[in-house]
Amino acid sequence: MPLYNEPSPLEVRVISQRFLLPNPASIDTYLATDGYAAIKKAFEMTPEQIIDELKASNLRGRGGAGFPTGLKWSFIPRNTEKPRYIICNSDESEPGTCKDRLLMEYDPHQLLEGMMIAGWTVGSNKGYIFIRGEFRYLIDIVDKAIAEAYERGYLGENVLGTGWNFDIYTHSGAGAYECGEESALLESLEGKRGIPRLKPPFPAVVGAWQSPTLLNNCETFATVPAVLRMGGGDYADLGTPRNGGTRLFCISGHVNKPGVYELPLGFNLLRMIDEVCGGMRNGKKLKGVIPGGSSAPVLKADECNTPMDFDSMAKLKTMAGSGGVVILDEDTNIVQLALRTIKFYQHESCGWCIPCREGTTWLKQVLTRFYEGAGREEDIELIGDLAKTMFGRTFCALGDAAAMPTMAFIDKFRDEFEAYLKTAPPPSSVPEPALV
Amino acid sequence: MTFSPSLEEKFAHLLTIYPKGRKRSAIVPMLLYAQDEVGHVSQELIEEVARRVGVEPVQVDEVIGYYSMLHRKPLGKYHVQVCTNICCMLVGGQELYDYASSKLGIANKGVTPDGLISLEEVECMGACSWAPAVQVNYDFHHNVTRERLDQLLEDIRRAQGA
Repeated sequence: MPLYNEPSPLEVRVISQRFLLPNPASIDTYLATDGYAAIKKAFEMTPEQIIDELKASNLRGRGGAGFPTGLKWSFIPRNTEKPRYIICNSDESEPGTCKDRLLMEYDPHQLLEGMMIAGWTVGSNKGYIFIRGEFRYLIDIVDKAIAEAYERGYLGENVLGTGWNFDIYTHSGAGAYECGEESALLESLEGKRGIPRLKPPFPAVVGAWQSPTLLNNCETFATVPAVLRMGGGDYADLGTPRNGGTRLFCISGHVNKPGVYELPLGFNLLRMIDEVCGGMRNGKKLKGVIPGGSSAPVLKADECNTPMDFDSMAKLKTMAGSGGVVILDEDTNIVQLALRTIKFYQHESCGWCIPCREGTTWLKQVLTRFYEGAGREEDIELIGDLAKTMFGRTFCALGDAAAMPTMAFIDKFRDEFEAYLKTAPPPSSVPEPALV
Repeated sequence: MTFSPSLEEKFAHLLTIYPKGRKRSAIVPMLLYAQDEVGHVSQELIEEVARRVGVEPVQVDEVIGYYSMLHRKPLGKYHVQVCTNICCMLVGGQELYDYASSKLGIANKGVTPDGLISLEEVECMGACSWAPAVQVNYDFHHNVTRERLDQLLEDIRRAQGA
Protein backbone atom coordinates (compact mmCIF):
# COMPACT_ATOMS: atom_id res chain seq x y z
CA MET A 1 0.00 0.00 0.00
CA PRO A 2 1.95 3.04 -1.19
CA LEU A 3 1.90 6.25 0.82
CA TYR A 4 0.34 9.33 -0.72
CA ASN A 5 3.71 11.03 -0.81
CA GLU A 6 7.31 9.86 -0.75
CA PRO A 7 8.73 9.63 2.76
CA SER A 8 11.64 11.87 3.73
CA PRO A 9 14.88 10.53 5.23
CA LEU A 10 14.65 13.31 7.82
CA GLU A 11 11.51 11.87 9.34
CA VAL A 12 11.57 10.46 12.85
CA ARG A 13 8.99 7.70 12.75
CA VAL A 14 7.30 7.14 16.07
CA ILE A 15 3.60 7.08 15.26
CA SER A 16 4.11 6.47 11.55
CA GLN A 17 6.61 3.63 12.02
CA ARG A 18 4.23 1.05 10.55
CA PHE A 19 3.10 3.12 7.57
CA LEU A 20 5.77 1.59 5.32
CA LEU A 21 5.17 -2.04 6.29
CA PRO A 22 3.16 -4.48 4.19
CA ASN A 23 -0.45 -4.75 5.46
CA PRO A 24 0.18 -2.01 8.00
CA ALA A 25 -3.42 -1.91 9.21
CA SER A 26 -3.73 -5.59 10.15
CA ILE A 27 -3.63 -6.74 13.73
CA ASP A 28 -0.90 -9.26 12.90
CA THR A 29 1.39 -6.51 11.67
CA TYR A 30 0.55 -4.53 14.76
CA LEU A 31 1.26 -7.39 17.14
CA ALA A 32 4.54 -8.17 15.39
CA THR A 33 5.77 -4.61 15.95
CA ASP A 34 5.24 -3.94 19.67
CA GLY A 35 1.49 -3.58 19.19
CA TYR A 36 -0.67 -3.88 22.30
CA ALA A 37 2.48 -3.98 24.45
CA ALA A 38 1.67 -0.59 25.93
CA ILE A 39 -1.79 -1.58 27.17
CA LYS A 40 -0.22 -4.59 28.87
CA LYS A 41 2.23 -2.24 30.51
CA ALA A 42 -0.66 0.03 31.53
CA PHE A 43 -2.41 -2.90 33.22
CA GLU A 44 0.58 -3.05 35.61
CA MET A 45 0.41 0.66 36.36
CA THR A 46 -1.89 2.80 38.49
CA PRO A 47 -3.85 5.61 36.81
CA GLU A 48 -1.59 8.12 38.56
CA GLN A 49 1.51 6.45 37.15
CA ILE A 50 0.09 6.53 33.62
CA ILE A 51 -0.86 10.18 33.94
CA ASP A 52 2.58 10.99 35.36
CA GLU A 53 4.18 9.28 32.38
CA LEU A 54 2.06 11.39 30.03
CA LYS A 55 2.95 14.53 31.93
CA ALA A 56 6.64 13.64 31.70
CA SER A 57 6.27 13.11 27.95
CA ASN A 58 5.21 16.75 27.39
CA LEU A 59 2.67 15.42 24.92
CA ARG A 60 0.35 18.23 23.94
CA GLY A 61 -2.97 17.87 22.15
CA ARG A 62 -2.55 17.51 18.43
CA GLY A 63 -5.99 18.82 17.50
CA GLY A 64 -5.09 22.48 17.67
CA ALA A 65 -5.03 23.87 21.18
CA GLY A 66 -1.88 22.07 22.30
CA PHE A 67 -3.25 21.40 25.77
CA PRO A 68 -1.04 19.08 27.88
CA THR A 69 -2.52 15.59 27.52
CA GLY A 70 -1.52 14.28 30.95
CA LEU A 71 -3.19 17.23 32.62
CA LYS A 72 -6.35 16.72 30.58
CA TRP A 73 -6.53 13.07 31.61
CA SER A 74 -6.11 14.06 35.25
CA PHE A 75 -9.30 16.16 35.10
CA ILE A 76 -11.56 13.14 34.63
CA PRO A 77 -13.18 12.28 37.97
CA ARG A 78 -12.47 8.62 38.69
CA ASN A 79 -14.46 8.22 41.91
CA THR A 80 -17.89 8.73 40.40
CA GLU A 81 -20.86 6.46 39.91
CA LYS A 82 -21.41 7.87 36.45
CA PRO A 83 -20.07 6.08 33.39
CA ARG A 84 -17.10 7.74 31.76
CA TYR A 85 -16.59 7.96 28.02
CA ILE A 86 -13.52 8.06 25.82
CA ILE A 87 -14.07 9.99 22.62
CA CYS A 88 -11.68 10.29 19.75
CA ASN A 89 -11.99 13.37 17.59
CA SER A 90 -11.33 12.23 14.04
CA ASP A 91 -13.42 15.00 12.55
CA GLU A 92 -10.27 16.36 10.88
CA SER A 93 -11.56 19.46 9.10
CA GLU A 94 -9.13 22.31 9.73
CA PRO A 95 -8.00 23.42 6.29
CA GLY A 96 -4.40 22.35 5.83
CA THR A 97 -4.73 19.21 7.93
CA CYS A 98 -4.70 15.67 6.54
CA LYS A 99 -2.91 13.49 9.09
CA ASP A 100 -5.64 11.68 11.03
CA ARG A 101 -6.61 10.08 7.76
CA LEU A 102 -3.23 8.39 7.56
CA LEU A 103 -3.25 7.31 11.19
CA MET A 104 -6.58 5.56 10.69
CA GLU A 105 -5.75 4.17 7.27
CA TYR A 106 -2.30 2.78 8.04
CA ASP A 107 -2.35 2.08 11.76
CA PRO A 108 -5.86 1.88 13.21
CA HIS A 109 -4.81 -0.45 16.03
CA GLN A 110 -2.42 2.15 17.37
CA LEU A 111 -5.40 4.49 17.78
CA LEU A 112 -7.49 1.75 19.41
CA GLU A 113 -4.68 0.98 21.84
CA GLY A 114 -4.35 4.65 22.78
CA MET A 115 -8.06 4.81 23.51
CA MET A 116 -7.87 1.59 25.51
CA ILE A 117 -5.10 3.04 27.67
CA ALA A 118 -7.27 6.11 28.22
CA GLY A 119 -10.23 3.91 29.12
CA TRP A 120 -8.19 1.86 31.57
CA THR A 121 -6.74 5.00 33.14
CA VAL A 122 -10.00 6.79 33.83
CA GLY A 123 -12.11 3.68 34.43
CA SER A 124 -14.21 3.85 31.30
CA ASN A 125 -15.91 1.00 29.48
CA LYS A 126 -16.90 2.73 26.24
CA GLY A 127 -15.03 4.59 23.55
CA TYR A 128 -16.36 6.28 20.42
CA ILE A 129 -14.42 7.42 17.38
CA PHE A 130 -16.14 10.39 15.76
CA ILE A 131 -15.06 10.29 12.11
CA ARG A 132 -16.06 12.93 9.60
CA GLY A 133 -18.64 11.64 7.14
CA GLU A 134 -16.45 12.17 4.10
CA PHE A 135 -14.01 9.57 5.45
CA ARG A 136 -16.31 6.63 4.78
CA TYR A 137 -13.46 4.36 3.69
CA LEU A 138 -11.75 5.04 7.00
CA ILE A 139 -14.84 4.07 8.95
CA ASP A 140 -14.68 0.74 7.13
CA ILE A 141 -10.97 0.31 7.90
CA VAL A 142 -11.39 1.23 11.58
CA ASP A 143 -14.47 -1.01 11.91
CA LYS A 144 -12.42 -3.88 10.54
CA ALA A 145 -9.65 -3.18 13.04
CA ILE A 146 -12.19 -3.05 15.87
CA ALA A 147 -13.58 -6.43 14.78
CA GLU A 148 -10.05 -7.89 14.78
CA ALA A 149 -9.44 -6.52 18.26
CA TYR A 150 -12.64 -8.15 19.57
CA GLU A 151 -11.67 -11.46 17.98
CA ARG A 152 -8.29 -11.45 19.70
CA GLY A 153 -9.64 -10.40 23.09
CA TYR A 154 -8.28 -6.85 23.10
CA LEU A 155 -11.78 -5.40 23.19
CA GLY A 156 -15.03 -6.60 24.70
CA GLU A 157 -15.64 -8.29 28.00
CA ASN A 158 -12.77 -9.15 30.31
CA VAL A 159 -10.01 -7.66 28.15
CA LEU A 160 -6.96 -9.96 28.24
CA GLY A 161 -8.25 -11.55 31.43
CA THR A 162 -8.11 -8.36 33.47
CA GLY A 163 -11.80 -8.32 34.31
CA TRP A 164 -12.12 -4.94 32.62
CA ASN A 165 -14.64 -4.44 29.81
CA PHE A 166 -14.02 -2.02 26.98
CA ASP A 167 -15.95 -1.42 23.77
CA ILE A 168 -15.05 0.93 20.92
CA TYR A 169 -17.47 2.09 18.22
CA THR A 170 -17.19 4.36 15.20
CA HIS A 171 -19.65 7.20 14.74
CA SER A 172 -20.00 9.08 11.46
CA GLY A 173 -20.37 12.83 11.19
CA ALA A 174 -22.07 14.32 8.14
CA GLY A 175 -20.13 17.40 7.13
CA ALA A 176 -19.63 20.20 9.65
CA TYR A 177 -16.32 21.82 10.60
CA GLU A 178 -17.82 23.06 13.85
CA CYS A 179 -18.14 19.47 15.06
CA GLY A 180 -14.38 19.48 15.57
CA GLU A 181 -15.04 21.77 18.55
CA GLU A 182 -15.33 19.36 21.42
CA SER A 183 -18.68 20.40 22.84
CA ALA A 184 -20.25 20.73 19.38
CA LEU A 185 -18.93 17.25 18.64
CA LEU A 186 -20.73 15.97 21.72
CA GLU A 187 -24.00 17.58 20.60
CA SER A 188 -23.58 15.96 17.20
CA LEU A 189 -22.81 12.61 18.83
CA GLU A 190 -26.08 12.94 20.70
CA GLY A 191 -27.97 13.35 17.45
CA LYS A 192 -28.41 17.10 17.42
CA ARG A 193 -27.16 20.11 15.50
CA GLY A 194 -23.50 20.65 16.30
CA ILE A 195 -23.90 23.78 18.40
CA PRO A 196 -21.21 24.39 21.03
CA ARG A 197 -22.13 24.15 24.71
CA LEU A 198 -21.60 26.68 27.43
CA LYS A 199 -18.40 25.95 29.36
CA PRO A 200 -17.95 25.30 32.22
CA PRO A 201 -18.84 22.61 32.92
CA PHE A 202 -16.13 21.16 30.73
CA PRO A 203 -16.57 17.79 29.02
CA ALA A 204 -14.20 16.22 31.56
CA VAL A 205 -17.00 16.65 34.11
CA VAL A 206 -20.18 16.87 32.01
CA GLY A 207 -19.56 15.57 28.52
CA ALA A 208 -21.26 12.95 26.41
CA TRP A 209 -24.70 12.03 27.71
CA GLN A 210 -24.12 14.15 30.81
CA SER A 211 -21.18 12.04 31.90
CA PRO A 212 -17.46 12.68 32.38
CA THR A 213 -15.80 12.45 28.99
CA LEU A 214 -12.20 12.33 27.87
CA LEU A 215 -11.93 13.81 24.41
CA ASN A 216 -8.67 13.87 22.48
CA ASN A 217 -7.62 14.27 18.89
CA CYS A 218 -6.93 11.13 16.88
CA GLU A 219 -3.19 11.81 16.69
CA THR A 220 -3.01 12.40 20.44
CA PHE A 221 -4.54 9.01 21.22
CA ALA A 222 -2.36 7.38 18.56
CA THR A 223 0.72 8.75 20.31
CA VAL A 224 -0.11 7.39 23.76
CA PRO A 225 1.09 3.79 23.17
CA ALA A 226 4.50 5.10 22.09
CA VAL A 227 4.76 7.24 25.21
CA LEU A 228 4.17 4.25 27.49
CA ARG A 229 6.43 2.02 25.43
CA MET A 230 9.33 4.46 25.30
CA GLY A 231 8.74 6.10 28.66
CA GLY A 232 7.61 9.69 28.98
CA GLY A 233 11.11 11.11 29.39
CA ASP A 234 12.52 9.50 26.26
CA TYR A 235 9.50 10.56 24.25
CA ALA A 236 9.81 14.14 25.53
CA ASP A 237 13.49 14.25 24.58
CA LEU A 238 12.60 13.87 20.90
CA GLY A 239 11.12 17.36 20.95
CA THR A 240 11.93 20.64 22.64
CA PRO A 241 11.36 21.59 26.29
CA ARG A 242 7.59 21.65 27.05
CA ASN A 243 6.88 20.39 23.54
CA GLY A 244 7.50 16.68 23.61
CA GLY A 245 7.98 14.20 20.83
CA THR A 246 7.12 14.22 17.18
CA ARG A 247 4.04 15.10 15.21
CA LEU A 248 2.69 14.69 11.73
CA PHE A 249 3.23 17.92 9.85
CA CYS A 250 0.91 18.26 6.87
CA ILE A 251 2.76 20.43 4.41
CA SER A 252 0.85 21.85 1.47
CA GLY A 253 1.01 24.69 -1.00
CA HIS A 254 3.90 25.87 -3.13
CA VAL A 255 6.65 23.37 -2.39
CA ASN A 256 8.10 20.69 -4.64
CA LYS A 257 7.19 17.78 -2.41
CA PRO A 258 4.17 18.57 -0.28
CA GLY A 259 3.21 15.73 2.03
CA VAL A 260 2.62 14.49 5.53
CA TYR A 261 5.90 14.02 7.37
CA GLU A 262 6.56 12.94 10.95
CA LEU A 263 9.15 15.30 12.41
CA PRO A 264 10.27 16.20 15.92
CA LEU A 265 8.65 19.23 17.48
CA GLY A 266 11.03 22.13 17.13
CA PHE A 267 12.06 21.21 13.59
CA ASN A 268 13.09 24.38 11.76
CA LEU A 269 10.45 25.66 9.38
CA LEU A 270 12.86 26.70 6.62
CA ARG A 271 14.51 23.28 6.76
CA MET A 272 11.06 21.76 6.45
CA ILE A 273 10.56 23.67 3.21
CA ASP A 274 14.06 23.19 1.78
CA GLU A 275 15.18 19.81 3.02
CA VAL A 276 12.00 17.85 3.67
CA CYS A 277 9.87 19.29 0.87
CA GLY A 278 12.56 19.82 -1.75
CA GLY A 279 12.34 23.60 -1.77
CA MET A 280 9.93 26.04 -3.32
CA ARG A 281 8.05 25.03 -6.44
CA ASN A 282 9.35 26.53 -9.68
CA GLY A 283 12.20 28.18 -7.79
CA LYS A 284 9.89 30.91 -6.50
CA LYS A 285 10.58 32.96 -3.40
CA LEU A 286 8.79 32.37 -0.14
CA LYS A 287 6.13 34.93 0.76
CA GLY A 288 4.84 33.43 3.96
CA VAL A 289 3.60 30.36 5.81
CA ILE A 290 0.34 29.54 7.55
CA PRO A 291 1.87 27.35 10.26
CA GLY A 292 -0.97 25.49 11.96
CA GLY A 293 -4.09 25.18 9.84
CA SER A 294 -6.05 28.02 8.27
CA SER A 295 -7.00 29.58 11.61
CA ALA A 296 -3.34 30.25 12.44
CA PRO A 297 -2.12 33.78 11.70
CA VAL A 298 0.24 33.88 8.72
CA LEU A 299 3.99 34.25 9.18
CA LYS A 300 5.92 36.48 6.80
CA ALA A 301 8.96 35.00 5.09
CA ASP A 302 11.36 36.81 7.43
CA GLU A 303 9.66 35.16 10.45
CA CYS A 304 10.05 31.65 9.10
CA ASN A 305 13.49 30.82 10.42
CA THR A 306 11.91 29.32 13.52
CA PRO A 307 11.52 26.03 15.32
CA MET A 308 8.06 24.56 14.80
CA ASP A 309 6.57 23.89 18.19
CA PHE A 310 3.71 25.23 20.29
CA ASP A 311 5.76 27.71 22.32
CA SER A 312 7.82 29.05 19.41
CA MET A 313 4.65 29.66 17.43
CA ALA A 314 3.01 31.38 20.41
CA LYS A 315 6.04 33.66 20.66
CA LEU A 316 5.43 34.69 17.06
CA LYS A 317 1.76 35.34 17.96
CA THR A 318 0.50 32.46 15.90
CA MET A 319 -0.18 28.78 16.61
CA ALA A 320 1.22 25.36 15.88
CA GLY A 321 -2.44 24.32 15.79
CA SER A 322 -3.29 21.12 14.01
CA GLY A 323 0.01 20.74 12.17
CA GLY A 324 -1.24 22.02 8.81
CA VAL A 325 1.62 24.01 7.31
CA VAL A 326 0.65 25.95 4.20
CA ILE A 327 3.52 27.35 2.17
CA LEU A 328 2.87 30.49 0.14
CA ASP A 329 5.11 31.63 -2.71
CA GLU A 330 5.73 35.17 -3.89
CA ASP A 331 2.88 35.03 -6.42
CA THR A 332 0.23 34.25 -3.83
CA ASN A 333 -2.64 36.72 -3.92
CA ILE A 334 -3.16 37.56 -0.24
CA VAL A 335 -6.51 39.22 -0.86
CA GLN A 336 -7.83 36.09 -2.54
CA LEU A 337 -6.38 33.95 0.24
CA ALA A 338 -7.98 36.11 2.93
CA LEU A 339 -11.33 35.95 1.14
CA ARG A 340 -11.23 32.19 0.67
CA THR A 341 -10.29 31.75 4.33
CA ILE A 342 -13.20 33.86 5.55
CA LYS A 343 -15.61 32.24 3.10
CA PHE A 344 -14.82 28.97 4.79
CA TYR A 345 -15.44 30.23 8.30
CA GLN A 346 -18.61 32.01 7.22
CA HIS A 347 -19.87 28.79 5.65
CA GLU A 348 -19.02 26.79 8.76
CA SER A 349 -20.23 29.25 11.40
CA CYS A 350 -23.05 27.45 13.18
CA GLY A 351 -25.01 30.67 13.58
CA TRP A 352 -25.59 30.17 17.27
CA CYS A 353 -23.89 33.35 18.45
CA ILE A 354 -24.29 36.70 16.77
CA PRO A 355 -20.69 38.00 16.74
CA CYS A 356 -19.55 34.98 14.74
CA ARG A 357 -22.58 34.67 12.51
CA GLU A 358 -22.66 38.37 11.63
CA GLY A 359 -18.93 38.95 11.85
CA THR A 360 -17.97 36.24 9.40
CA THR A 361 -20.81 37.26 7.06
CA TRP A 362 -19.80 40.91 6.96
CA LEU A 363 -16.14 40.05 6.61
CA LYS A 364 -16.99 37.86 3.67
CA GLN A 365 -19.07 40.58 2.05
CA VAL A 366 -16.47 43.30 2.44
CA LEU A 367 -13.64 41.03 1.32
CA THR A 368 -15.68 39.88 -1.67
CA ARG A 369 -16.33 43.48 -2.67
CA PHE A 370 -12.63 44.18 -2.29
CA TYR A 371 -11.58 41.14 -4.28
CA GLU A 372 -14.05 41.86 -7.05
CA GLY A 373 -12.39 45.20 -7.63
CA ALA A 374 -15.01 47.38 -5.96
CA GLY A 375 -13.00 47.90 -2.79
CA ARG A 376 -12.50 51.23 -1.07
CA GLU A 377 -9.47 52.56 0.76
CA GLU A 378 -11.31 52.44 4.10
CA ASP A 379 -12.25 48.79 3.58
CA ILE A 380 -8.79 47.73 4.70
CA GLU A 381 -9.36 49.36 8.06
CA LEU A 382 -12.92 48.03 8.17
CA ILE A 383 -11.83 44.44 7.59
CA GLY A 384 -9.27 44.70 10.38
CA ASP A 385 -11.81 46.35 12.70
CA LEU A 386 -14.51 43.76 12.02
CA ALA A 387 -12.09 40.95 12.81
CA LYS A 388 -10.86 42.67 15.98
CA THR A 389 -14.42 43.26 17.13
CA MET A 390 -15.28 39.60 16.67
CA PHE A 391 -12.10 38.33 18.31
CA GLY A 392 -12.64 37.00 21.84
CA ARG A 393 -16.36 37.77 21.78
CA THR A 394 -17.77 34.60 20.32
CA PHE A 395 -19.30 31.59 22.03
CA CYS A 396 -16.66 29.16 20.84
CA ALA A 397 -13.27 29.32 19.16
CA LEU A 398 -14.63 29.43 15.60
CA GLY A 399 -15.00 33.20 15.75
CA ASP A 400 -11.39 33.55 16.85
CA ALA A 401 -10.34 31.09 14.18
CA ALA A 402 -11.87 33.41 11.60
CA ALA A 403 -10.65 36.65 13.17
CA MET A 404 -7.03 35.71 13.84
CA PRO A 405 -5.89 34.96 10.28
CA THR A 406 -7.85 37.94 8.94
CA MET A 407 -6.17 40.34 11.33
CA ALA A 408 -2.77 38.89 10.44
CA PHE A 409 -3.35 39.19 6.69
CA ILE A 410 -4.29 42.85 7.12
CA ASP A 411 -1.51 43.66 9.60
CA LYS A 412 1.29 41.89 7.80
CA PHE A 413 0.29 42.40 4.18
CA ARG A 414 -1.40 45.79 4.31
CA ASP A 415 0.80 46.89 1.42
CA GLU A 416 -0.67 44.14 -0.74
CA PHE A 417 -4.21 45.17 0.07
CA GLU A 418 -3.31 48.76 -0.80
CA ALA A 419 -1.64 47.71 -4.02
CA TYR A 420 -4.59 45.48 -4.92
CA LEU A 421 -6.93 48.48 -4.75
CA LYS A 422 -4.95 50.13 -7.52
CA THR A 423 -4.61 47.11 -9.76
CA ALA A 424 -7.31 46.58 -12.32
CA PRO A 425 -8.85 44.61 -13.85
CA PRO A 426 -9.90 42.13 -11.18
CA PRO A 427 -9.25 38.42 -11.74
CA SER A 428 -11.80 36.71 -13.94
CA SER A 429 -12.55 33.68 -11.79
CA VAL A 430 -14.47 35.40 -9.05
CA PRO A 431 -16.00 32.78 -6.77
CA GLU A 432 -19.55 34.00 -6.20
CA PRO A 433 -21.70 37.10 -5.71
CA ALA A 434 -21.27 39.29 -2.66
CA LEU A 435 -24.42 38.37 -0.83
CA VAL A 436 -24.94 35.14 1.05
CA MET B 1 -39.70 1.95 4.64
CA THR B 2 -37.76 -1.10 3.62
CA PHE B 3 -34.03 -1.04 3.25
CA SER B 4 -31.43 -3.48 2.02
CA PRO B 5 -30.35 -6.18 4.49
CA SER B 6 -26.89 -4.60 4.85
CA LEU B 7 -28.39 -1.23 5.76
CA GLU B 8 -30.80 -2.88 8.18
CA GLU B 9 -27.80 -4.56 9.77
CA LYS B 10 -26.06 -1.20 10.11
CA PHE B 11 -29.16 0.33 11.67
CA ALA B 12 -29.53 -2.55 14.11
CA HIS B 13 -25.89 -2.15 15.15
CA LEU B 14 -26.20 1.62 15.55
CA LEU B 15 -29.23 1.25 17.80
CA THR B 16 -27.20 -0.87 20.23
CA ILE B 17 -24.02 1.16 20.60
CA TYR B 18 -25.25 4.21 22.50
CA PRO B 19 -26.18 4.27 26.19
CA LYS B 20 -29.64 3.20 27.25
CA GLY B 21 -32.29 5.75 26.37
CA ARG B 22 -29.92 7.58 23.99
CA LYS B 23 -30.95 6.00 20.70
CA ARG B 24 -31.34 9.49 19.26
CA SER B 25 -27.55 9.54 18.98
CA ALA B 26 -27.90 7.35 15.91
CA ILE B 27 -29.76 10.02 13.91
CA VAL B 28 -26.87 11.53 11.96
CA PRO B 29 -25.15 8.30 10.92
CA MET B 30 -28.51 6.69 10.13
CA LEU B 31 -29.51 9.55 7.86
CA LEU B 32 -26.18 9.52 6.06
CA TYR B 33 -26.09 5.76 5.53
CA ALA B 34 -29.74 5.76 4.43
CA GLN B 35 -29.15 8.66 2.07
CA ASP B 36 -26.51 6.59 0.31
CA GLU B 37 -29.18 4.03 -0.47
CA VAL B 38 -32.28 6.18 -0.93
CA GLY B 39 -30.49 8.98 -2.77
CA HIS B 40 -31.62 11.85 -0.57
CA VAL B 41 -33.23 12.60 2.76
CA SER B 42 -36.92 12.34 1.95
CA GLN B 43 -39.81 13.15 4.26
CA GLU B 44 -40.53 9.44 4.42
CA LEU B 45 -36.97 8.78 5.55
CA ILE B 46 -37.17 11.47 8.20
CA GLU B 47 -40.31 9.88 9.62
CA GLU B 48 -38.81 6.41 9.47
CA VAL B 49 -35.64 7.43 11.31
CA ALA B 50 -37.69 9.34 13.89
CA ARG B 51 -39.85 6.28 14.49
CA ARG B 52 -36.85 4.01 14.88
CA VAL B 53 -35.00 6.19 17.37
CA GLY B 54 -38.15 7.24 19.20
CA VAL B 55 -38.30 10.99 18.61
CA GLU B 56 -40.68 13.32 16.77
CA PRO B 57 -39.97 13.80 13.04
CA VAL B 58 -39.27 17.47 13.65
CA GLN B 59 -36.35 16.48 15.89
CA VAL B 60 -34.82 14.66 12.95
CA ASP B 61 -35.79 17.36 10.49
CA GLU B 62 -34.08 20.12 12.46
CA VAL B 63 -30.64 18.53 12.33
CA ILE B 64 -30.60 18.02 8.56
CA GLY B 65 -29.96 21.61 7.53
CA TYR B 66 -26.92 21.73 9.77
CA TYR B 67 -24.95 19.00 8.01
CA SER B 68 -23.62 19.75 4.57
CA MET B 69 -23.56 16.10 3.50
CA LEU B 70 -27.29 15.59 4.09
CA HIS B 71 -29.35 16.57 1.05
CA ARG B 72 -33.09 17.03 0.82
CA LYS B 73 -33.05 16.75 -2.96
CA PRO B 74 -31.63 13.92 -5.02
CA LEU B 75 -28.02 14.26 -6.11
CA GLY B 76 -26.58 12.75 -9.23
CA LYS B 77 -25.69 9.08 -9.14
CA TYR B 78 -22.10 10.28 -9.04
CA HIS B 79 -21.57 13.28 -6.81
CA VAL B 80 -18.41 15.11 -7.89
CA GLN B 81 -17.02 17.28 -5.11
CA VAL B 82 -14.20 19.68 -5.88
CA CYS B 83 -12.36 21.32 -3.01
CA THR B 84 -11.53 24.99 -3.44
CA ASN B 85 -10.36 25.69 0.09
CA ILE B 86 -7.00 27.38 0.53
CA CYS B 87 -4.58 24.48 0.02
CA CYS B 88 -6.41 23.34 -3.10
CA MET B 89 -6.93 26.93 -4.27
CA LEU B 90 -3.18 27.60 -4.10
CA VAL B 91 -2.54 24.86 -6.64
CA GLY B 92 -5.47 25.34 -8.99
CA GLY B 93 -8.52 24.00 -7.17
CA GLN B 94 -10.70 26.97 -8.05
CA GLU B 95 -9.81 26.69 -11.74
CA LEU B 96 -10.48 22.97 -11.58
CA TYR B 97 -13.93 23.57 -10.12
CA ASP B 98 -14.70 26.23 -12.74
CA TYR B 99 -13.58 23.81 -15.43
CA ALA B 100 -15.79 21.04 -14.07
CA SER B 101 -18.71 23.41 -13.87
CA SER B 102 -18.40 24.57 -17.46
CA LYS B 103 -17.67 21.12 -18.80
CA LEU B 104 -20.71 19.60 -17.07
CA GLY B 105 -22.81 22.68 -17.75
CA ILE B 106 -24.08 22.81 -14.20
CA ALA B 107 -23.54 25.18 -11.30
CA ASN B 108 -22.79 24.42 -7.66
CA LYS B 109 -25.07 21.64 -6.37
CA GLY B 110 -26.53 21.22 -9.84
CA VAL B 111 -27.36 17.87 -11.42
CA THR B 112 -26.95 16.93 -15.08
CA PRO B 113 -30.30 16.49 -16.89
CA ASP B 114 -29.82 12.71 -17.06
CA GLY B 115 -29.39 12.61 -13.28
CA LEU B 116 -26.00 10.96 -13.64
CA ILE B 117 -23.63 13.57 -12.24
CA SER B 118 -23.95 16.33 -9.67
CA LEU B 119 -21.30 18.88 -8.80
CA GLU B 120 -20.46 20.58 -5.55
CA GLU B 121 -17.80 23.07 -4.53
CA VAL B 122 -16.79 21.73 -1.13
CA GLU B 123 -14.75 22.85 1.81
CA CYS B 124 -11.55 21.18 2.97
CA MET B 125 -11.84 17.41 2.71
CA GLY B 126 -8.52 16.56 4.35
CA ALA B 127 -6.33 16.04 1.32
CA CYS B 128 -4.32 19.25 1.57
CA SER B 129 -0.88 17.76 0.95
CA TRP B 130 -2.11 16.07 -2.22
CA ALA B 131 -4.07 18.95 -3.65
CA PRO B 132 -6.08 19.73 -5.62
CA ALA B 133 -8.49 17.07 -4.42
CA VAL B 134 -11.77 15.73 -5.73
CA GLN B 135 -14.15 13.26 -4.17
CA VAL B 136 -16.54 11.27 -6.33
CA ASN B 137 -19.10 9.93 -3.90
CA TYR B 138 -16.77 8.60 -1.19
CA ASP B 139 -13.70 8.01 -3.37
CA PHE B 140 -10.79 10.39 -2.99
CA HIS B 141 -8.76 11.55 -5.98
CA HIS B 142 -5.54 13.42 -5.31
CA ASN B 143 -3.38 15.81 -7.35
CA VAL B 144 -6.17 16.15 -9.87
CA THR B 145 -5.41 17.88 -13.14
CA ARG B 146 -7.91 18.80 -15.87
CA GLU B 147 -6.88 15.68 -17.72
CA ARG B 148 -7.49 13.52 -14.64
CA LEU B 149 -10.87 15.12 -14.20
CA ASP B 150 -11.74 14.49 -17.85
CA GLN B 151 -10.76 10.88 -17.34
CA LEU B 152 -12.86 10.59 -14.18
CA LEU B 153 -15.92 11.96 -15.94
CA GLU B 154 -15.34 9.71 -18.90
CA ASP B 155 -15.03 6.68 -16.62
CA ILE B 156 -18.36 7.58 -15.05
CA ARG B 157 -20.07 7.83 -18.43
CA ARG B 158 -18.49 4.60 -19.58
CA ALA B 159 -19.48 2.75 -16.40
CA GLN B 160 -23.01 3.98 -16.92
CA GLY B 161 -23.07 2.93 -20.57
CA ALA B 162 -21.77 -0.54 -19.82
